Amino acid sequence: MLDLKEKLAPQAASATPAIHTVELAKRFGKTMALAGLTMTVPPGEVFGFLGPNGAGKTTAVKLLLGLIGPTSGEAWVLGAPIGDLAVRRRIGYLPELFRYQGWLSAREVLGVHCSLARLPRAHWKTDIGRVLEVVGLAERADDRVSTYSKGMQQRLGLAVALLGSPELVFLDEPTSALDPVGRHDVREIIRGLTEGGTAVFLNSHLLTEVEMVCDRVAVVDHGRVIATGTLDELLGGHAVRIRLTGLTPAERASLRRFGDVDDEGEWLTLRDIDLDHVPDLVAEVVRLGGRVYAVEPRKQSLEDRFLELLARPEEG
Amino acid sequence: MGLLTIARLTIWEASRRKLLLAVVALTVVIIGMSAWGFLKIWDLENNGHRVTVTEVRLISSQLLILIAFMFSFVLALSAVLLASFSLPGEVETGVVLSLLARPLRRAELVLGKWLGMAALIVAYAVVAGGLEMLVIDLDTGYVPPHPVQLLAYVSAEGLVLLSMALLLSTRLPGIAGGAITAIGFLMAWIGGIVGGIGTAFQNQAIEDVGIVSRLLLPTDALWRGAVFSMEPASVVAVAKAAPPGASANPFLATHGQPVEMLLWVGFWFLAVVALSVWSFRTREV
Repeated sequence: MLDLKEKLAPQAASATPAIHTVELAKRFGKTMALAGLTMTVPPGEVFGFLGPNGAGKTTAVKLLLGLIGPTSGEAWVLGAPIGDLAVRRRIGYLPELFRYQGWLSAREVLGVHCSLARLPRAHWKTDIGRVLEVVGLAERADDRVSTYSKGMQQRLGLAVALLGSPELVFLDEPTSALDPVGRHDVREIIRGLTEGGTAVFLNSHLLTEVEMVCDRVAVVDHGRVIATGTLDELLGGHAVRIRLTGLTPAERASLRRFGDVDDEGEWLTLRDIDLDHVPDLVAEVVRLGGRVYAVEPRKQSLEDRFLELLARPEEG
Repeated sequence: MGLLTIARLTIWEASRRKLLLAVVALTVVIIGMSAWGFLKIWDLENNGHRVTVTEVRLISSQLLILIAFMFSFVLALSAVLLASFSLPGEVETGVVLSLLARPLRRAELVLGKWLGMAALIVAYAVVAGGLEMLVIDLDTGYVPPHPVQLLAYVSAEGLVLLSMALLLSTRLPGIAGGAITAIGFLMAWIGGIVGGIGTAFQNQAIEDVGIVSRLLLPTDALWRGAVFSMEPASVVAVAKAAPPGASANPFLATHGQPVEMLLWVGFWFLAVVALSVWSFRTREV
């Protein structure tokens, strides 16, 4: 397995972080588009950058690619300061709102990008064939892009981002124009990339998508990172909902020793509970004279957590 | 090299979008019609006598100036259209983001576009102008005294407008930049005539209008250089003997362009292209 990974891995699978930023900020006139982004994306990881529309996600990607200059702060991509031309050869990018040259065919668009990325000419044909196959555009590769549906254009964008086996791929809302089958395909492509050792920076507001593929997540709002960590860290453990009767308010409150109690009347929710303690919880309710009708273990969804984070007033 | 890729892409786009086809088709029609027209000059009569060879060549020389004027106009408008919409279109569609995320400098993008369009402009001027001169030569035996200079002047006029439109397109929407360049072109033409009137009436202030307009947008100076390169010695002699007001006539030139003016045009190109690069580099995309 390790062997296979090494074969698929891009040139330098070192310990250098794929992305490292320190207080990276961007201001457009009076608007603070990104306020002090500090984060590290390890190589080979899928990093989800989550936030509502207008949170500063696209600004962050443009800054990291050197398409716009930061107002303050520093950042390194694949070990080089942002904007480094040589490093761009090792990066793939799918922009958010884009239309490729409609007067070219998909194969020609890819050819132009091979040339701009300075890939060895001998590899163009096989690499173009490979990425067309991966995104499922091989059959329409010689049609003009102007005849493509939005979903096909997005697949083409993905193919462009995959050219040359990059070490880091930025995907800005990669599934916004895709149907469920297309979204599934994109998830498979992202998984394939990480198996090859490529780091993926995924900008999205589609939470289920992020939850399914990302190792690590940062949540941004109003240009500020309001939470970051692995999915497990962010979702903060398990919760149990229990439907019961026959306990006094004091007895209900005493269950606090199993986890944070959220008393909804008929239902009690215990957050951050160790799942091994659920039988003890039920036994305790029965010992106190309560009657248990239902016990539902549940993991907090990213959506719940996301809404919770956005609703919380800013802390400093 | 990124610059050449962009230049090739620019030429490719012009041909795929049928711009080249349209211009080439129209040019073939114009040259075909002029081939027929110039042959008809031999049928003209003067007081019952057939026109002489000298007369035919004199008429041809004047007609060529008018045809060159029309070609330079087509070239000017094509240059403005090509250059005004290219960058703004790519910024709007996001194509520019995908290009600049590659190891491509912004300067290479701007210079590559300039180079690609400049190649189209020069190729059109040389091919269309060369064919027209060939047709006239075959019909009447007339060849303008400085054909290479003529092609160079007409090409340079197109390149000036191309550069101006490209500079404006780094910041303005295509329609705005295109309109400003087209109006600037016409104003420079009128500025040249106004300057000539200033010379005729020995009014320094009005003469300066012409000089300033030529320095800002040197299309009129280049056009007059083109006119001079098309004038046979007999016409130049007539022009020189004419009163000073003749210099207001945009189809008559009494002298060629001074070296200083040509140097200024060279500097103007460098400055405008450098300004375009700077302007696009400092723009948020």
